[in-house]
Amino acid sequence: MAHIISILGPIVRAELDGERVCIQDVAYVGELGLTGEVIERDQKSALIQVYEETEGLKLGEAVTFTAQMLSALLGPGLLGSIYDGIGRPLKLAGTRISRGLKLDPLDRDKLWSFTPFAKAGQKLEGGEYIGAVSAQDAFEYRLMVPPDKNGRVSFVAGQGEYRLDDTLIEFEDGERLTMVQRWPVRIARPFKERILSKKPMITGQRIIDFLFPISEGGSASIPGGFGTGKTILQQTLAKWSDADIIVYIGCGERGNEMTEVLQEFPQLADPKSGKKLIERTVLIANTSDMPVSAREASIYIGLTIAEYFRDMGYTVALMADSTSRWAEAMRELSGRMNELPAEEGFPSYLASRIASVYERAGAVRTLGGDTGAVTMIGAISPPGGDFSEPVTRHTQRFTSVFWALDKELANARFYPSINHLLSHSAYAISVKSWWEAGYPEWSELRLWVIEMLQRDEKLQRIVKLLGSEALPEDQKLTLFISDLIKEYFLQQNAFDAVDMYASPQKQICMAKALKALHQWWKRCFEEKGVPAGQLKDQPIVGELLTSRLGVPNDQTEWFDAWHKRMETRYETLLLTFGEIS
Amino acid sequence: MIIEYTGAQKLKGTLLFFEPIRDIRYGEKVVIRSEGKTLNGKVAALSQSVMLIEILGEPYGLNIDNLRVQFTGNIFELGVSDKMLGRVMDAFGEPTDDKGEIRHDKLLPIGGSAYNPVQRAYPNDFIQTGISAIDGLNVLVKGQKLPIFSVAGASTNDLAAQLVRQITPSGKNGAVVFAGIGIKYEDAQYLIQSIRSGGNFERTAIFLNLADEPSINALLLVRSALTFAEYLAFEKGYDVIAVLYDMTNYCDALREVSSRREEIPSRKGYPGYMYSDLASIYERAGILKESAGSLTQIPILTMPDGDITHPIPDLTGYITEGQIVLERELQQKGIYPPINVLPSLSRLMNHGASDQHRRWSAEIYAAYAKAKKAEMLAAIIGEEEMGETEQRYLAFGKAFERQFITQRNEENRTLEQTLAIGWKLLALLPPTALTRLKPQDIAEHFQ
Repeated sequence: MAHIISILGPIVRAELDGERVCIQDVAYVGELGLTGEVIERDQKSALIQVYEETEGLKLGEAVTFTAQMLSALLGPGLLGSIYDGIGRPLKLAGTRISRGLKLDPLDRDKLWSFTPFAKAGQKLEGGEYIGAVSAQDAFEYRLMVPPDKNGRVSFVAGQGEYRLDDTLIEFEDGERLTMVQRWPVRIARPFKERILSKKPMITGQRIIDFLFPISEGGSASIPGGFGTGKTILQQTLAKWSDADIIVYIGCGERGNEMTEVLQEFPQLADPKSGKKLIERTVLIANTSDMPVSAREASIYIGLTIAEYFRDMGYTVALMADSTSRWAEAMRELSGRMNELPAEEGFPSYLASRIASVYERAGAVRTLGGDTGAVTMIGAISPPGGDFSEPVTRHTQRFTSVFWALDKELANARFYPSINHLLSHSAYAISVKSWWEAGYPEWSELRLWVIEMLQRDEKLQRIVKLLGSEALPEDQKLTLFISDLIKEYFLQQNAFDAVDMYASPQKQICMAKALKALHQWWKRCFEEKGVPAGQLKDQPIVGELLTSRLGVPNDQTEWFDAWHKRMETRYETLLLTFGEIS
Repeated sequence: MIIEYTGAQKLKGTLLFFEPIRDIRYGEKVVIRSEGKTLNGKVAALSQSVMLIEILGEPYGLNIDNLRVQFTGNIFELGVSDKMLGRVMDAFGEPTDDKGEIRHDKLLPIGGSAYNPVQRAYPNDFIQTGISAIDGLNVLVKGQKLPIFSVAGASTNDLAAQLVRQITPSGKNGAVVFAGIGIKYEDAQYLIQSIRSGGNFERTAIFLNLADEPSINALLLVRSALTFAEYLAFEKGYDVIAVLYDMTNYCDALREVSSRREEIPSRKGYPGYMYSDLASIYERAGILKESAGSLTQIPILTMPDGDITHPIPDLTGYITEGQIVLERELQQKGIYPPINVLPSLSRLMNHGASDQHRRWSAEIYAAYAKAKKAEMLAAIIGEEEMGETEQRYLAFGKAFERQFITQRNEENRTLEQTLAIGWKLLALLPPTALTRLKPQDIAEHFQ
């Protein structure tokens, strides 16, 4: 029997007794059976990274090996659940998570109503659908042949109620398929080919959808120092993104944040389907007080679950908060294994690990011939808010959208505190056709907003030195309209019932109103020389500002009425201006 | 019968290399005796050839020729009972006052273990501290961990003591656990007296580790204090406020111990696992579904050289639910409490404040940020040269610091008083600038 010969923190060495042990096999360590993973092998012993606290272990205690890699159990019942970093269901665990706890991730006694798609005699390849189950008409789990299996069907279970482990399909070679499959988390699930998605993932956040859009299957990073609103932004995206499924990984973050999601999501409705948000969400929690070794695994569990839903033909959004903690967990384990450190103590393979994680995102044609996508959004917590540190830099290399959060904006309670000068998105061009199909003016408005903000940036340098009074009137107009763009359009209140989600149509209406306003200002100034201050202080401007919180997404006709009033107001001003003064 | 082992191989600093013995637990508590001296220790690494024991205390006077070790068979535990309220104790929970021995109800491991987020209850209850900058703009909520980032020279002691005296959690069963970590005797004395003067000493437990004690005790002390706080909160149903002062000393002790263990250092010599280590302390705050009490933490730390990006405030800020930042510049202007609200934040504010209160706070924040910009401009071009709007912001900023932030050390403002001052200040601004308020807020408070 293999037994422990040394213990140092989460790293345990076991002397082998003839067991067959491969790298990355799962091991159960000591009398409590702590879960661990083999990370190093030599002739006589295996080095094990233990995912639980090792205090109290003794030399000589037994170690058993499962001959299986760390895998996720995939099947009906995942949605609405919360798992720890190694896939244990937290709803079944106690107030404090006891060590060595082993729980079934899915409820094996629950009955699911199954509708078969496959027929006897049919030849099925890996990834092809065999049928579907649904839970209280909420969501359809499409069941597939595991990617590594195929065969000719000799038996199909009829429509009816089944448990997870009941045989639904039998192949001629005797292979039986049930509702569940296992997949090793560190290996990406296969697909047929990558495709380029032109559809943006609509988030309802104006600064994202309008200025820095993300496409379905894209990857984004959100770097920001503490207090810049990373978590709130991630949670907002998890709430309002128009993905079918959300996988939210709390990686080394606060326990209360997961509690908050668990409390809030069952009460909020998905704007697209009207169902409760929790019914489309899977949560993975490795809070910062949980063992650091499991933190490293938590990202992979989340990715595997996301890929599983992608293979059903759904679009999945995966949020990881925060990937810095994941990288730091890697650094800590690397240090304990005496590996040679590279930059800032991180192991030299940091960049390749980051790349391999983000490369698991993407829009694909599945093995079954359907299309699905995993959109990945990772938060980064750079030490001291310094974006030149290794995790931020490497992540920026391997993601196509960069939403840089800004401390100064956050200090002024300007949320989302995305800095529009530092952020960028490579998808603005690919999603253009989708936007223009519904809203032909999108590109033009977007470019106008960007142009104003760029001009504003130049003017701000002067204002900082000389004050806004020093600017000529026409430049003041640019300054004032940019102020409105920032305060009214880019700023968005995540806690206001109306403002928390802006539909594409409302976004367009708001931007259009600003542009029209600016044109009238310019006209009044050019024709009659009306001072900028007077143009800005018209009550009609204040009216527009109230529409951010005051006009719901389904009442955009408000803007038509406003346009009429606005035009009348400035026309009158234009007529009467010279005469009064 | 006590069995003691010989077998010391080497003594280096506070690390004792010892011959391995069967059935020793990783992390086990040991007692070391040599030359009439007795010290506690902990098993820090185990292998077949050697066992590493970390000595908790100063190793001078130890002689490996006659050194003997007794293995207790247990990991570190703290004896707890509610008789510890009203007492002053050391890192091991032993009383250091003159009120005699404490009878313990039970023993608890001091390391704590992770709470299941499913079993936590989300903090929702507003706690009034009587300090406008906190109650108005950075609401403290029961079960929150809200640190104070101080700077050398700010009146930290006064603010800490005022907070502890004035804080009133909604439950009646309040208690304070004060952990003094590596602090000067003078500071400790002042704080104890000040907390006592609030008339609440029989509801206060003090764990004290003075600046001249061995560093490793600082690491134990915080855990002992929190283990006791958890016991009060989750087994006895108290609403506990734990004040940890000063966490900078804790982190420096951690660095010292890590360096003695010859671990690879990370930023500024602090160990790479400092984030996880701090998390294992701060995450012990909260409310649990199945228990009546709550544990609110106010860790206080001094930012080295006033630098908020230093690893200690930086890592703390990533774990805690906000921060209250003190600033020397305000202190020098004669403003007490010297809280700079711009970098301060309470993440749980949205759950402890009404909708209107939140909009009010967002408006004040935006206005004060603009006032600060205007102040910078005024320094360059002079106040007279500035536009009318900018001058109004400038006036707002000054009034805000003098009337809203400033309060007396014994002044305990109600939330209503705090809000009223804010509305009065907002009236100084042009109504079109108030974009974060709703029309009904404006109608209600301005004519």
